[in-house]
This record gives sequence, structure tokens and C-alpha cells, in this order.
Amino acid sequence: MMRDILSNPKADCMRFIAQVGSTASFARECVLGMFRLPHDTGELFRQVDELGARSLPVVGTTGLVTGLILAIQSRPVLARFGAESYVPAMVSISVVRELGPILTALMVAGRVGSGMSAELGSMRVTEQIDAIEVSGIDSFRFLVVTRVLACGLLLPLLTGIVNVLAILGAYIAAAADMHMSWQLYFHRAVYSLWLRDVIPAILKTIVFGFIIGVIGCHQGYTATGGTSGVGRASTSAVVIASLLLLFTDMILGKVIVLVCN
Amino acid sequence: MQLIEIRNLCTSFDGMPVLRGVNLTVGKGTTVVILGTSGAGKSVLLKSIIGLLTPDSGSISIDGKEIVGMESQDLYTVRRRMGYLFQGAALYDSMSVRGNLEFALRRRDALDEDEMSRRVEEQLRLVGLADAIDKMPSQLSGGMRKRIGLARALITQPEVMLYDEPTTGLDPVTGREISDLIQSLQQQHAMTSIAVTHDMACARIIADSVAMLNKGVICFEGDLGAMEYVNDEFVKQFLATA
Repeated sequence: MMRDILSNPKADCMRFIAQVGSTASFARECVLGMFRLPHDTGELFRQVDELGARSLPVVGTTGLVTGLILAIQSRPVLARFGAESYVPAMVSISVVRELGPILTALMVAGRVGSGMSAELGSMRVTEQIDAIEVSGIDSFRFLVVTRVLACGLLLPLLTGIVNVLAILGAYIAAAADMHMSWQLYFHRAVYSLWLRDVIPAILKTIVFGFIIGVIGCHQGYTATGGTSGVGRASTSAVVIASLLLLFTDMILGKVIVLVCN
Repeated sequence: MQLIEIRNLCTSFDGMPVLRGVNLTVGKGTTVVILGTSGAGKSVLLKSIIGLLTPDSGSISIDGKEIVGMESQDLYTVRRRMGYLFQGAALYDSMSVRGNLEFALRRRDALDEDEMSRRVEEQLRLVGLADAIDKMPSQLSGGMRKRIGLARALITQPEVMLYDEPTTGLDPVTGREISDLIQSLQQQHAMTSIAVTHDMACARIIADSVAMLNKGVICFEGDLGAMEYVNDEFVKQFLATA
């Protein structure tokens, strides 16, 4: 297996470079397309509904459980240093600055990115995208730009919901283990947050949304090789988007620290 | 008067030549059927004419406008004068039959809802599927899908119609029905048409003239009757087995 992967490293490198170039060119077309008005509002609303309403249960559950676990795990550790009362602040800062945005993005990449890729890939191999093109309609603007826009618009909103539910989840644990009142918990969780914690994190989620949209659409829109090609595109969309999200998060995290602190 | 002129068209995929210098002219209001075996490059030729594939070299002129190398926005303008029936119909499977037919009208032409509904119902009556208006593509048979694909292509009232294997995958009875339907719609709308097929029965019904594609070049062009007297081994073999 390993021998197969490394059998032709030069060709693999060339393929990788071609893939990066193709994705970058696709992303550039998406950005240009976003500024070309008007957009197909019907398709945009359909995508907003698909991305927002249908992702809510999965990302909401992720937020609630993450907050709950974070509080349960961190309380004994903080208690060793006599800092148990910092549980609400620790949860709210870590969730708002880091965990909320990246967990939401990873969940959306898994659910929506793969779905978009499979849908567009299936449309490509059954000539539905060609059918849009021959009817004189720009399939890229209709299918891709609307999806990427929907991702960029909705990820900050979904992240906000995840943040609130994670803080709520942590409160449930704090109330059960530490018998902390809601008023005290809320005061410590919210008043420990600064605008410099909130604003850069929100801006970061717009970039995450764009990445999920571009990778999901690129893999599907350029899918070849019939139904197996659609399956490959769908898997690749999740893998590439997840790795790119983690890598981008690392870079943006460093930039935010340099700029805001 | 020639509406479509193809000159020395060459196309290859990964270095494998498919079209090796195709020359073809189609007069206004006529139907040309391009015959050939599977893999001869018929669909490649049709997709090149509507700009879905870019040829390596050569020229394709539609009503005097060169479409090879044309800017995409100009290409969309040319495509709005054309209709295309896909081999597998290529219906939008997330939309109902009504949604499929309204798709281009809603996004291209500023029609009001009443006018749009009237045109959808009229087209469905023409193809004999008025009852299927609220069905999803997954609920349709192969023949019904072809008919809906035809209605979708014709609803924008194209001047040029391209048919990619209109009867492939259908039983002989349904294939005959589709061929008759195409022929009757051709007469009603007086369109310029190109159909690619290897189905001689379909060609006999719809063709004004035929062109035979073999090994990437047109080896015969003329009317169907003259084809039987051509001294070309491939044409003879094709006719003998068709």
C-alpha cells in the first residue's frame, strides 16, 4: 500500500500542485462571483435553509455536550489550584475564542460540505450542470456562488448558537457539581469576555464558512468518473476541508493573538 | 442559407484524437442527422457546437457568429437561441416536472407567473404528458423523461435544436413515438436541428439529410436515399447492420 502511494512521487507532487492551483482559481472565481449582483435569491434561501435549519440539531448538540464535558473535566483540575470559581470564565473564553468556531466548522464541513459535494457531483455526472449551461444560465453563479455565500453567512450564526449552548451546558454541570447559581455563573461567564475575544472569532468563522463552501463545491463541481467519482469527491471534501480548517485556525489564531493582545 | 457551419474541427482527449477535421454545414430550417457507431465522436461534436467542449482547433459558426474562443457571457447569449436534448434527459432531480420546465423561463425571461404556467401546460400537452406536471423525475419512465427533456428544451422557443441520441435506451415502440414527436415538433416550430444517433429508424423519420461520422471525419453527407448507393465500405457495413 505504502509502496503504491510512493511509487511515483513526482507525479503525485504534480497532481497535488495542480489540485491546489485548481482550488485557488475556483476560490478566486467564487469571490468575484459574490460581487456580481444580482444573486439567485430563491436558490440562496434554499441553501440557507439547508445549511442553517438542518445543521442546527447536530451543531447544537455538539455545543451543549462540549460545554458540559468541558466543565466536568476542568472543575477537578482547577480545584487543585483553588481556582474552581474560574470554571465559568474558562469555559466561556475557550468556547468563544476557539472551541465554538472550530467545532462548528468541523461539524458543518462533515455534514454540509460532503452533502454539497455529493449533490453537485451527482449533478455533474448526470449532465444536470451541462443542462443548466445549455439553457444559457451560468451554472457556477447559480450553484456554487449561492452555496459559498450561504456558508459564509450562516457559519457565524451557527457558531453563536453553539457558543450559547456550550455555556449553557457548562452551567448544567456547574450547577450540579458546584451548586453555583445561574446569576453568579452568568456573571462570571459573560463578564470575563472582552470584545477582542468575540469579534475576531466571529470574523474567523466567515473565513471558515468560505473554506467549507469552496472545498465542498470544488470537489463536487469538478467530479469525474461516475458514481464512484461522486463518492471520492464527497470524502475528499470532508478530509480537505477539515485539514484546511485546522491549518487556517492555527494561522488565524496566531494572527489574532499578535493583533489583539 | 447556412445557419451552422463547422470547418476542420479537431478535438482530442488526453492526446487521443476523437474528431480529426470535421466539416459540416446545416441549412436554416433543416434537420441533419449525424450517424455513426458508438464512440465515433457524435456527442463530442454536438457538445462542441453548443460550447460545452472546446475543440483543439477549427471553427464553428452559428448564424455568422464564431463560437470557438467566444467569451462566456456571449456564449450564454448564443445558447439562449438553442435547445439541447440530452441522451439521459438530464432532468433536474431536485425539482418537479413543472420546476424543470420553469427553470430557464424563471431565470432568463421576465415572464409573469400566469404566462409561465400557460407555457408549461402547453408544452406538456404537446409532448402528451399534461398529467405529469407535479411528478418528480424519479417517478417517470425512460420515455417520459425523454419527453419532459424535449418539452424543457422547447419551452424557450429555440431557433436551433440539438438532439443527443433521442431514442437510445428506449424500446422500439417508444423510440418510434419519440421520433414521430420530434418530427411533428420540427414541422410546427420550423427549427434548424442536428440529431446524433445510430438508430436508422429514427433517422428515416426525422432527417432531411444525413452525415456519417467515421474515425473522426464525415465520410458521407447527403440525403438518406443517396446513402444507399455510396461506394464506401463503412457506410455499406453500417447500413447492412442497422
